[in-house]
Amino acid sequence: MSNSANSLGNDPAPRLDRAAIAKRAARDLIDGSTVNLGIGIPALCADFLPDGVELLYHAENGILGFKELSAPGEGDPNLMDAGGKFPKLVPGMAFFDSVESFALIRGGHIDVTVLGALQVSRNGDLSNWMIPKRGIGSIGGAMDLAANAKKVIIAMEHNVKGNLAKIVNECTFPLTARTCVNEIITDIAAIEIDQENDRMILRETAPGWSFDDVQARTEARLTIDGDVGQMA
Amino acid sequence: MRTKIQQSVSDTNVKDRTIWLAVPINKISNSFAQAVADIPSGASIMIGGFGGAGGQPTRLMLALRDLGVGDLTIIGNVAGISKTTGYGWPDHLDPIDQGMFFESGQATKITCSFPVPGTTNPLSDIEKAWREGKAEVDIVPQGTLIERIRAAGAGIPAFYTPTGVGTPVAEGKEHRDFDGRTFLLEEALTADFALIRAQKADTRGNLQYIGTSRAFNPAMATAAAITIVEVDEIVEPGGIDPERIGTLSTYVDRIVLRETGDPLP
Repeated sequence: MSNSANSLGNDPAPRLDRAAIAKRAARDLIDGSTVNLGIGIPALCADFLPDGVELLYHAENGILGFKELSAPGEGDPNLMDAGGKFPKLVPGMAFFDSVESFALIRGGHIDVTVLGALQVSRNGDLSNWMIPKRGIGSIGGAMDLAANAKKVIIAMEHNVKGNLAKIVNECTFPLTARTCVNEIITDIAAIEIDQENDRMILRETAPGWSFDDVQARTEARLTIDGDVGQMA
Repeated sequence: MRTKIQQSVSDTNVKDRTIWLAVPINKISNSFAQAVADIPSGASIMIGGFGGAGGQPTRLMLALRDLGVGDLTIIGNVAGISKTTGYGWPDHLDPIDQGMFFESGQATKITCSFPVPGTTNPLSDIEKAWREGKAEVDIVPQGTLIERIRAAGAGIPAFYTPTGVGTPVAEGKEHRDFDGRTFLLEEALTADFALIRAQKADTRGNLQYIGTSRAFNPAMATAAAITIVEVDEIVEPGGIDPERIGTLSTYVDRIVLRETGDPLP
């Protein structure tokens, strides 16, 4: 199916940019949640929180309650986030070591993590740490977060270059965790994974995109349950 | 590995180990070179911090590189990505990371969670050594890695974790179900030496950390046979609020003071 996707014509409408993907993913972050944002598109979610939503951000290097970054050149190396950036010191912030940081994750105390992905399978398996061709990759905190956060949201581009599908029947890349993904936000669709009923439900499409347009760029079979909305 | 403990006995000029344990000892080394001087080829070495400049024992790492011993096994976390990506370093400085031991050819193995950045342009020192067949890279989930280190220091030989089940890291490991969920058995991880970083030490070796610089430092201090700490300040006992002691003196064997105004973070 990914090969047939490869031979598709032009996209029916523009795809969302990275910021718009993050903005849509941010809409599903609930006020008061403890949240861990992965690097890349997920980290951008912090810039697009809906009004009135406050989150408690966790970073696996041992920090809880950070907000905005320091101005360029003013960062303190002893006040870092897991992406290697330097947040500002703000009231209520807490520091701790990696033992506690991963007890927090493994113990199921992280409400939501937003991560990037190389592949997601129909039943919510996630691959996001190694491209087999390269033969070496970095796991970092991804396996702990994917396996143990209460909710896993994937924010990513829907396809790789050439329209190859990243949402597949079975992941062919090394796995990060099995049946862990709850929803996927991409540049053309918002998809819910209903693990109990073994379904991938298309909830929204980008403006100008139809169910068929999205399905043609997705290897795994999508279903509809109720209205399909428009991503905004 | 326990034999390494005997090496520190010579540092104290006390021949009998029983006596050594009973008398106050001077843990302060005069230089970074002196602090690492007895690290032999073939040693396993934990390097603390998270991966950026903060909490990294950078001066101890440079001293170990200058010592030149080889066949080292490094145990780190985010291990060698700063030099090529700037990860965790202020913009105006050239980043230093654990890749230095692979660039120098001293390390033949690394156990860590994050050995390579997303990009291969330019190639990091660890990936280069791995591609050339000069180094083995053992990639461990970060939470499993830190818990293996914690377990070693806490006398726990192994533990069950849900992380990694159904993935390549579970291959060959014992699985067991608890309350309907599958876990896998991971073993404690120790080392001959731990090089760690703290903000402040008292002369007994109690340590205080600052900000996010804790990361892997406190657990590594408990897990290695010999723990060497690099600090910005040494104070008399009482100079650290007992409520703020992050690592107990019991775990610390050697302390080295950085120079005031050291340009490296």
